[in-house]
Amino acid sequence: MTTVIDVQNLTKRYKDKLALDGVSLTIDENTIYGVLGRNGAGKTTLMSILTAQNFATSGDALVFGERPYENARVLSRICFVRESQKYPDESTPTHAFRAARLFFRNWDQEFAERLIDDFQLPMKTRIKKLSRGQLSAVGVIIGLASRAEITFFDEPYLGLDAVARQIFYDRLLEDYAEFPRTIILSSHLIDEVANLIEKVIVIDGGRILLDEDTDALRGRAANVIGDATKVEAWAQGREVIHRESLGRVTSVTVLGHLDAAERAAIAADGLDLAAVSLQQLVVRLTQNASSSASDTAATITEEVH
Amino acid sequence: MIDEGRPLFLQIAEAIEESILDGTLVEDGQAPSTNELAAFYRINPATAAKGVALLTDKGILLKRRGIGMFVAAGARSILLAERRTTFAERYIDPLIAEARTLGLGPDDLAALLRERSAPIGDAGSTASTEGSSA
Repeated sequence: MTTVIDVQNLTKRYKDKLALDGVSLTIDENTIYGVLGRNGAGKTTLMSILTAQNFATSGDALVFGERPYENARVLSRICFVRESQKYPDESTPTHAFRAARLFFRNWDQEFAERLIDDFQLPMKTRIKKLSRGQLSAVGVIIGLASRAEITFFDEPYLGLDAVARQIFYDRLLEDYAEFPRTIILSSHLIDEVANLIEKVIVIDGGRILLDEDTDALRGRAANVIGDATKVEAWAQGREVIHRESLGRVTSVTVLGHLDAAERAAIAADGLDLAAVSLQQLVVRLTQNASSSASDTAATITEEVH
Repeated sequence: MIDEGRPLFLQIAEAIEESILDGTLVEDGQAPSTNELAAFYRINPATAAKGVALLTDKGILLKRRGIGMFVAAGARSILLAERRTTFAERYIDPLIAEARTLGLGPDDLAALLRERSAPIGDAGSTASTEGSSA
């Protein structure tokens, strides 16, 4: 697998805030990545450095083996759809798509028109008069129809209703299947994107908390629920990432794969076993990380664009 | 239909196996492509491809260059043999274990199974004959 992005020890400091803290990662070509994490975790900062819209304080980020700053060879091959994209005051979606068509060499006009239809986007309304969802649709359409070799979608769904989000996910999968490329999608709607993303990167407090195949995470953690004494006895010596109790009943979330024999033993003990979704796992892991490193992570409250 | 606790590619492979076992997909017939599976289950095509690869490795599916995926001849009997073993492990073994705690031997279990699996229509008559034999 070819590496298209190589990040080494990347750090970004805003005055007293550490937005990225020694991040290292690689991104493979033709893969869909999910970048997950809380607000202010560093997702947007990372994406904007990779797309040359922001500078790193230290460390290195190579895209297609080169530094992206003022580098047309790199920038013409990537597309960054950001949540707070600004457009010229008087421009309409027609203008935005015309500009995109000129810039992106793989632009597919027919696909763009189909998407405009799908999202029922008014083409002659000025962009600043569009609803939040329609504004997001403009970005989503550009991101999809550009067919850039690397496309970043930074929380592209704001204001899109459930139907429109499903259209986005479906079109993304269909088109990706036909035209494989690298997609880097940041999202808070983890359950919605869990089956779309092949790899998951969790960022917390400017650090990489998890960087793995999504499918490998399924079954990575489990909830065991039942009589408090029995649950605690069972959980002894295991890595508990969450624990809650209600009266005599305790629920623990533990890391680690449970084999058939362990599952049978849990059932024989009269305890219940429940699967942990990717969303639950990410929430538990980030809660855990912030509580154990609260002194450093908690100072970062807002992500700076 | 997707179960959170288990790898998706396994679930995709099992869904295809299920379709072969219940006759929805026939031997030598065309099987869904990776992209069709991805679109239908709304999952990443790479994950669907991994599920399909699992079945080609087992000789359940085969790829015909340029035409697509097909169900291999003999796929059903491979699956039936495999399922028979897992069925015994998953259902019969715990059944025997539970029966033992209730003091039921293999003969009692067999009688119970016959009684329970009798068609609804003649349940009464079967129950009475089972009753007399037990």
